[in-house]
Amino acid sequence: MSYETLTIIWFSIWGLIWAIYFVLEGYTAGTGILFPFLAKKEEEQRQLQESIGPFWGSNEVWLITAGGVTFAAFPETYGTMFSTFYIPLYLILFALFFRATGLEFMHKSNSSLWKQSWKWAFFSGSLLIPFLFGLTFSALFRGLSSNEHGLYITFSDVINAYGILGGSTFVLLSLLSSAIWISIKTEGAVQKRATLLAKKIWPISSGFLSLFFIATTNQTSLFNSFANEPVLWLIPGFALLFILFAGIPIVYNKWGMGFAFVSLSIFTLFAAGFTGMFPNMLPARMNSSFSLTLYEAAGSELNLTIMLWITFFIVPVVILYQIWMYRIFRGKITEKNARGY
Amino acid sequence: MDVIMLSRLQFGITIIYHFIFVPLTIGLVILVAIMETLYAKRKQEIYRKMADFWGKLFTINFALGIVTGITMEFQFGTNWSGYAKYMGDIFGSPLAIEALFAFFLESAFMGLWIFGKDRISPRLRAFAMWMVALGTNISALWIITANGFMQNPVGYVLKNGRVELSNFFELTTNPYTWYMFFHTILACYIVGSFFVMAISAYHLLRNQQSEFFQRSFRLGLILSLFATVMVPIVGHFHGVNTAKVQPAKAAAMEAIWESGKGHPFYLLQIPNVKEEKNSIETMAIPYLGSLLYTNDPHGNVTGLKDIPKENWPNVPVVFWSFRLMIGIGIIMLGLTWFGLLLLKKNRIFTNRNYLKIMLYALPLPYIAINLGWIVAEMGRQPWIVYGLMKTKEAVSPISAGEIIFSLGGLITFYTILLIADIYLLIKYAKKGPDSNLHVEEESITLTELNRRKSL
Repeated sequence: MSYETLTIIWFSIWGLIWAIYFVLEGYTAGTGILFPFLAKKEEEQRQLQESIGPFWGSNEVWLITAGGVTFAAFPETYGTMFSTFYIPLYLILFALFFRATGLEFMHKSNSSLWKQSWKWAFFSGSLLIPFLFGLTFSALFRGLSSNEHGLYITFSDVINAYGILGGSTFVLLSLLSSAIWISIKTEGAVQKRATLLAKKIWPISSGFLSLFFIATTNQTSLFNSFANEPVLWLIPGFALLFILFAGIPIVYNKWGMGFAFVSLSIFTLFAAGFTGMFPNMLPARMNSSFSLTLYEAAGSELNLTIMLWITFFIVPVVILYQIWMYRIFRGKITEKNARGY
Repeated sequence: MDVIMLSRLQFGITIIYHFIFVPLTIGLVILVAIMETLYAKRKQEIYRKMADFWGKLFTINFALGIVTGITMEFQFGTNWSGYAKYMGDIFGSPLAIEALFAFFLESAFMGLWIFGKDRISPRLRAFAMWMVALGTNISALWIITANGFMQNPVGYVLKNGRVELSNFFELTTNPYTWYMFFHTILACYIVGSFFVMAISAYHLLRNQQSEFFQRSFRLGLILSLFATVMVPIVGHFHGVNTAKVQPAKAAAMEAIWESGKGHPFYLLQIPNVKEEKNSIETMAIPYLGSLLYTNDPHGNVTGLKDIPKENWPNVPVVFWSFRLMIGIGIIMLGLTWFGLLLLKKNRIFTNRNYLKIMLYALPLPYIAINLGWIVAEMGRQPWIVYGLMKTKEAVSPISAGEIIFSLGGLITFYTILLIADIYLLIKYAKKGPDSNLHVEEESITLTELNRRKSL
């Protein structure tokens, strides 16, 4: 295998891991956003806590893995991306703090101030995570500013109409994904509320995702490279088809199928973005000669080879025991049996 | 303050916050896993209660370990991008391996234990805890492998203006890594066992749940008997190796200025950097200095004066941290073995003074283990990667304003989280076993009451 092939394989793994994280974060963060509104009493709160309780930690590890893989395989990207998007990444970090502690701490003391504070901490963290990731990755898709010193970002590179649309789209997709997830995992009043909500959110999410793709095509050069390979238009096309088709199982209360379609839609959304960026990892908006490509960013051949073997060995094992966990906790969570934190 | 100092300050603060939680995670999980194993084998209810109680404290602590750990990963890119780009091959890969092999294992089986422990078999409970324990150890091994390279670079070539991997086997068998790994892991066992002994002592002093806490105390004591002896033994070999590969750090640890053979060890010593000598050095033990550094009473020890001054670490910080660590280590060793003496005479649980001391000894292992890392990391300065890259070259091209933003946020939020976490640990530690059942009943009746009211 040539070094070039190796780096392209790593670019695919890099995109794959981020996309898996975003799919899993979707239902996790969404559950946190819906938490204060879907659960009216403590038993229902326990149901929602338990619906993500055994899984959210592993889902967050996909983010840590995504960061670690960026560092290991594309150190140049890691250093530039993380130091350039300094403020958004710290905000994401703070959001991650409060999502985790809010979820785990809120029921560990009986004072109502304690419970309220951590509940809203859980909500805010959960809302900010998909919004800020949507914002950051939209900025990445749109391209960074550049001058003779290299890549940088300004306030308006991140905060602009396109970015806010991207952030909102990811929040809405997360809400849809989690409303379906809660419908699968729970029983009783909380499930009823979630199913009603899923039906209401579905058209809004679909609308936003369509708008996001229209904006991406008109406002950014992300999909320009697709002109040479028109077949690649299928990827964003599938993202739209999946979200539209999700409507059918949602209407007929086939939640497993609905969840699969929404997950596939989130996955292909990011796959479209990463494919559009290829071979850039950090595209420069104005002058493409400043873009950081995967070839410039890649680690050494030996390192990439060893890491590839390690990844091929361990990832299937990880996926196997995670499936085992989903099987162990496959039962419906009712008001009576909910354990919560 | 400039960007370098601010970034170093932020790194120092965040790593110490992180390292308040990590050692207890590594140390306590072993004890909980042993309790689970005893429960699975002997089927006695008391062991299940023990695992539940100590496991609950473990989970509260574990949550903050994760939260403060993510900061560490982000930070290498946000604040140390020069380092990240230079060291991707060597530091990024162990970090990715740590996530793949350790973090997934820990989070999955932690979830299984928290949410499944009332539904799964005792054997599976024990298995889950051992998997978490395995995860914490793998995690420690890989992050220390990365750190070991920063102390003693091996298995690399300098190419394309960065460090590239040339020998994975050498990287993973770096002697520095393995000494540091065992020294750290064993020190974490002391943290775990002192934690269990302190909380048990608290309840024994109040004659609460005596059997439960006597058994817990005994388990902690046994682990501590082993660990407090092993830490200095491994530490000694670690020190000998350090003297070999990092003479500046080793010289600073003992404040040795002049090179020479047959160096003594001064029990009382105060280093004076300005005059490049010790203001006070007295109560010498002949040859011990050389023996500690070279395993040979006549061995040659390099003094600071034979090392270029720009490559010196901060001598007083390294010296005092090292001294204090050793001092606390000796106290912990003494306390533990005195405990064995009392246990043999069957007087340990009636000796209130001893129990009181063990209660208040809780901070000691935390302080010692953090001092140890201060020696390791401050002693490596001015290098970030020993002999290859200086810390000042590693920093990101960011503004001081950005760091003030992140540092302000980190200090504020970490302080809130730390207070909440300690509050919860104290609350549940004081409540004693079965406390969580109690809370649940209480809260259910409360909501039950509310529902009736609203009806």
